[in-house]
Amino acid sequence: MSTPLLQIKNLKVYYHVEAGAVKAVDDVSFDLDLGVKMGLVGESGSGKSTMALALMRMIKPPGKIEGGQMILSGTDLVSLSGEQMRQTRLSRLAMIPQGAMNSLNPVMRIDKQLVDGMLDHNIIMSAQEREKRVAELLEMVDLAPKVAKMYPHELSGGMQQRVTVAQSISMEPDLIIADEPTSALDVVIQRQVMETINRLQQKLGLSVILIGHDMGLMAQSVDQLAVMYAGRMMEIGETRKMFRDPLHPYTQLLIESLPVLENKGVFSGIPGITPSLLNPPTGCVFHTRCPRAWDLCEEKIPEFAEVRPGRWVACHLHTVRTGTKL
Amino acid sequence: MSTPLLELKNVTKIFGGKKDFTVALEDMTFAINENFPKIVTIAGESGSGKTTMGMLMLGFYSPTMGNVLYRGQPLGELDRATRFQYRREIQAVFQDPFAVYNPFYKVDNLLSIPIKNFRLARSKAESRALMGEALERVGLRPEETLGRYPHQLSGGQRQRIAVARALLLKPRLLITDEPVSMVDASLRSTILKALRGLNRDLGVPIFYITHDLTTAYHISDYIIILYRGSVMEVGNVDSIIRDPKHPYTRLLVSSIPWPDPDLAWGGSEEMIQKSQVAFKAITGCKFAPRCPHKMDVCDSMPPGLFTLERDRAVSCYLYRDNEILTREELSKVFTE
Repeated sequence: MSTPLLQIKNLKVYYHVEAGAVKAVDDVSFDLDLGVKMGLVGESGSGKSTMALALMRMIKPPGKIEGGQMILSGTDLVSLSGEQMRQTRLSRLAMIPQGAMNSLNPVMRIDKQLVDGMLDHNIIMSAQEREKRVAELLEMVDLAPKVAKMYPHELSGGMQQRVTVAQSISMEPDLIIADEPTSALDVVIQRQVMETINRLQQKLGLSVILIGHDMGLMAQSVDQLAVMYAGRMMEIGETRKMFRDPLHPYTQLLIESLPVLENKGVFSGIPGITPSLLNPPTGCVFHTRCPRAWDLCEEKIPEFAEVRPGRWVACHLHTVRTGTKL
Repeated sequence: MSTPLLELKNVTKIFGGKKDFTVALEDMTFAINENFPKIVTIAGESGSGKTTMGMLMLGFYSPTMGNVLYRGQPLGELDRATRFQYRREIQAVFQDPFAVYNPFYKVDNLLSIPIKNFRLARSKAESRALMGEALERVGLRPEETLGRYPHQLSGGQRQRIAVARALLLKPRLLITDEPVSMVDASLRSTILKALRGLNRDLGVPIFYITHDLTTAYHISDYIIILYRGSVMEVGNVDSIIRDPKHPYTRLLVSSIPWPDPDLAWGGSEEMIQKSQVAFKAITGCKFAPRCPHKMDVCDSMPPGLFTLERDRAVSCYLYRDNEILTREELSKVFTE
């Protein structure tokens, strides 16, 4: 078996505030193979966006990577120096930001913004080469060549988001992290942008980590689903299997609460509220809201284990052989 | 026939000046009767005019042409007492659960100010009881909510307090503009449940403005699909989502990301037309430049509304053999 493109090992990211350490990402481990699209879902405060920032090494104080490793094709990103990491960004992993309107420079033409990153990574290009590369990139994301000479305000939200997609693939990285890339867009435009990302992913054979809370979007576009809750990874598996047969009680409740065509008018949520990350519950972080918790859940943190091939879950129901297992 | 509670009569809203202008809503006629406690969705993409329609109904915009009538009187001509009554009877819940709160005040303020302004309570205790009752109705525990600051509550809780504020005033109509779009997916159901309960238990009609057809399908009874300020399709939400007729509605419905890997985005023929046409004056059907079924007649003049079934009508020449529905009859599509 080949080694995965990305290996996250016991990653911990804490925000140090006056009241103590907020454990935004706590002891998370998973692997991602080359060419796989993974969806990372969770409610607000589950740590999914912190996870994205950690991968880019863009955690700002009071946040800090407390421990663990992020190995991208043999290199541990955690151990890189600032300058080495700067060189790694864009060339080996890139990010598609949430709001394109806030990430493009309003006073710079699109062509300049597309090559800016490459020039910063010391790629020497003649004027003709630059022009050619810009045209290629625009074509890849279905934008007209004339967009090159435009300013961001002349483009619609969907077109701006395509520009950021073009930026992210400009140096052909192996991994793209997309943090809710379409949350500000309408359904039709959202679908077009997602289809562009999917097409490029296949064409270039990239890995994508799509972060979001829209399970519908995930069902439509990712191969693997990773579910986070209160800073911890709850379950990982193949998307279709996760939807058909969720193993973790949290995933089960999450999937039951989704509005599908058949259950019109049924509004079921997950009872209770997310715990404070300052003082997370002892044992399993979900035990306070879990309908199937028993005393062990309060005492011991469940191990995140592979219970079936490719299926990982952190729940005593599936990892403890004795007791009240169903 | 009684006078409708709120009525739009041939309302057109144009933004901008003489040269550079946008028609946000074009010749809209619609009425809401008090004794029709249904949830009606106004859906469409950005720029479809859905928010403009809500703002006109709330009296925050005045129409460029036409009239918005409250119990038969134009909004601009209401006397002081009627205006007061209008402000109380028509309530709103907005998109942003952060912006409606002043971060320096406790959330109690949002509830106690309307009680004071509309003189709903005679004593502190009575006011407190009213607030508690309203909060319980939206599924919040008053002892856990009152006395807190906005930042101590989740987006879902804050949005439910906004719903509680509206129902405190015993409204006759609730206008909600994207009430769940900024709230986490896992908390949306709590707000939708609160709205649905308000509609069912207290008989308050709700106008639900959204671009999200998934929640629209789940919460509403009827739907109006807008595109660039004009009505494309209206009718029963179940039949429209399950069997859309207008090419634009088909495009919208086929783009819904259903949370089911087996209900994948289909290759809709409407998707092929990708080019975005600028806001030019369009003489015919507004969707014609993007429509795969475009015929010559589509460019000549805008199609009227053609009746499909008893509770459905569509503005598309593909259905021109059907009976035509006059603009005035638009709200009559929604009958039991």
